[in-house]
Amino acid sequence: MNTMIDVHDLTKVYRMGEVEVPALKGVSFQIKQGEFVAIMGPSGSGKSTLMNLLGCLDTPTSGTYTLDKHEVSQLDDTELSAVRAEKLGFVFQQYNLLPRQSALRNVELPLIYRGVSGKERHQRAAAALDIVGMSNRMEHRPNELSGGQQQRVAIARALSGSPSVILADEPTGALDTKTSAEIMGILQRLNREQRLTVVLVTHEADVAAYAARVLHVRDGEIVDDLAQTPRAA
Amino acid sequence: MSATLTVETKRGASTSAAEIIFAPLNGSGSVSWSEIVRTAFDSLMANRVRSFLTMLGVIIGVASVVALMALGAGASNSITSQIQSIGTNLLFISPGQLNNRGPGSGSVSAQTLSMDDDEAIKALNLPLNGIAPSIQNGGTLVAPAADKNISLVGTTPSYASLNTLTLQSGTFFDDAQVREGAAVVVLGHTVARDLFGSGEAVGQSVRLNGHPLRVIGVLEKKGGGGFGSIDDEALMPITYIQQRFANMRTADGNHYRVSTVTLSVTNANDIQGVQNRISALWRERHNLPSDATKDDFSILSQDSILSTLNTITSLLTAFLAAVAGISLLVGGIGIMNIMLVSVTERTREIGLRKAVGARGSDILMQFLVEAVVLSLTGGLIGLARGVLIATLVTLSGILTASVSAVSVTIAVGFAVAVGLFFGIYPAQRAARLNPIDALRYE
Repeated sequence: MNTMIDVHDLTKVYRMGEVEVPALKGVSFQIKQGEFVAIMGPSGSGKSTLMNLLGCLDTPTSGTYTLDKHEVSQLDDTELSAVRAEKLGFVFQQYNLLPRQSALRNVELPLIYRGVSGKERHQRAAAALDIVGMSNRMEHRPNELSGGQQQRVAIARALSGSPSVILADEPTGALDTKTSAEIMGILQRLNREQRLTVVLVTHEADVAAYAARVLHVRDGEIVDDLAQTPRAA
Repeated sequence: MSATLTVETKRGASTSAAEIIFAPLNGSGSVSWSEIVRTAFDSLMANRVRSFLTMLGVIIGVASVVALMALGAGASNSITSQIQSIGTNLLFISPGQLNNRGPGSGSVSAQTLSMDDDEAIKALNLPLNGIAPSIQNGGTLVAPAADKNISLVGTTPSYASLNTLTLQSGTFFDDAQVREGAAVVVLGHTVARDLFGSGEAVGQSVRLNGHPLRVIGVLEKKGGGGFGSIDDEALMPITYIQQRFANMRTADGNHYRVSTVTLSVTNANDIQGVQNRISALWRERHNLPSDATKDDFSILSQDSILSTLNTITSLLTAFLAAVAGISLLVGGIGIMNIMLVSVTERTREIGLRKAVGARGSDILMQFLVEAVVLSLTGGLIGLARGVLIATLVTLSGILTASVSAVSVTIAVGFAVAVGLFFGIYPAQRAARLNPIDALRYE
């Protein structure tokens, strides 16, 4: 099995004026292709920092990060943008859909930045919406959709660029229990059927239960790395 | 669980959908221009009123620049055609210096130009079409039904051809009538109409200071010239005026004075040469130093008058256009202001776009294009407004305003430059936003 994410001795120190605040204190782990991993921890534990580093939204103070065989810890902003476009799909707690654009157009967004032509873009976006069960809502705008439907569109957006890893940051944080289960079901299905690597960041044990492996983060360190039987959606 | 079931039942379809998704992706790696422009229009259309108000500064600026430049060009054309309508290759010799004597000195220095000077020019045999001395004096022409205070011009027959005057009816006076100082008059178009209405003027009699004059001709309408129209004047043999009015002699009392000598040079290339020859002749005759410092006369060419007037109009036009240009600058500041607001409002959007793979340069380009679309659209609307104003002025008959390609290019080009200049700072702010902070922005 290929290693998708290889993090070695990763640190991140924030400088607040004169004071240096270590958010991550040397984290090492590997995630293989096709794994469904939850990163759990209370707020302030460093899990958001870790998520930002894994998502190539930020660069580490030291350590290495190899994503799909590419060393990405020392890349500049423009190169990181390219890595995000090609390798990663994001799902956020607040969905972050563009409010005035249709669901289809929202899903096309990552493809626009990769310069995919109109026809292929449309085809891929429609397929992604089909996968999350939103093909009958393609022309709806976010304000015409429920929270769960918006999150499905957001998952379709993360999928449309054929990513290696889906990074979901508290994807059910704004949803009720029933809808949360539906969203987690979609992520599980993508993981099982497409062998897509899914990394989930959450502070809720209920949500982490859908993953097959849980990394517990506390005070900037990984304190536990447990395999588990995923809860059925 | 119904929504979940929908997904489950679609599993068959989703397999093929997945094939589409996970097939190799064909991308050029950079955003196409059509997408950048579309995104810009989308976000501008989302705030229509705001976008329009932002454009207003540019609209007003471009409209005024285009309209003012069109009016300036129209005024310049009208001056040129009026001056050219006087005649071709003309030189005007007047007594006194235009540039270093105050008002009031004219009447004294006027006496330095005499009929003898005129004769001396003729003796040079210069390449001239004609030469006509003239003298002006005010007077009241009295007709049976009306009287009119006008400018009387005493001159010789060649004056008519030099100034391209044509007769509506009757004849011009001839050399014989000039020699004998005949009491005849040729009326300008307006003068004839005012004195005799629609009736026939030729053959009638008018009185000047109690002396009868016979009207022998009426000129065709010529329209306004730069220095008062010939339509408001009456032409008479120069000798008549010299003999009938006082103060017509030079200071020494030996000669009749002349107020202007008009020359028409045969070939435009000879104008400067003729001017030099006459200046030299004059200095010799009037015992003046040859370095032009004490000249008691001045020679103006039609071209120099034209270029002086055109310089004045183009300076005036440039000045007005520059004032209008200031409103373009103010419009640009308005664009910058709104773009900065827009960047702040759309911080989360920018963060998201970066998260899904937009480079800083993509964001920069998006906001820059938005600013340019604002200023260019404003520029084009302003251009249409400016052309409309110019057309309305032309239709009103005040001036024939002419919108030139140059003024259109300048105005629209300047508008785009304003958008670029004032758009770059907000766009850089947007491009430099950190995606993490931007995503968390509330």
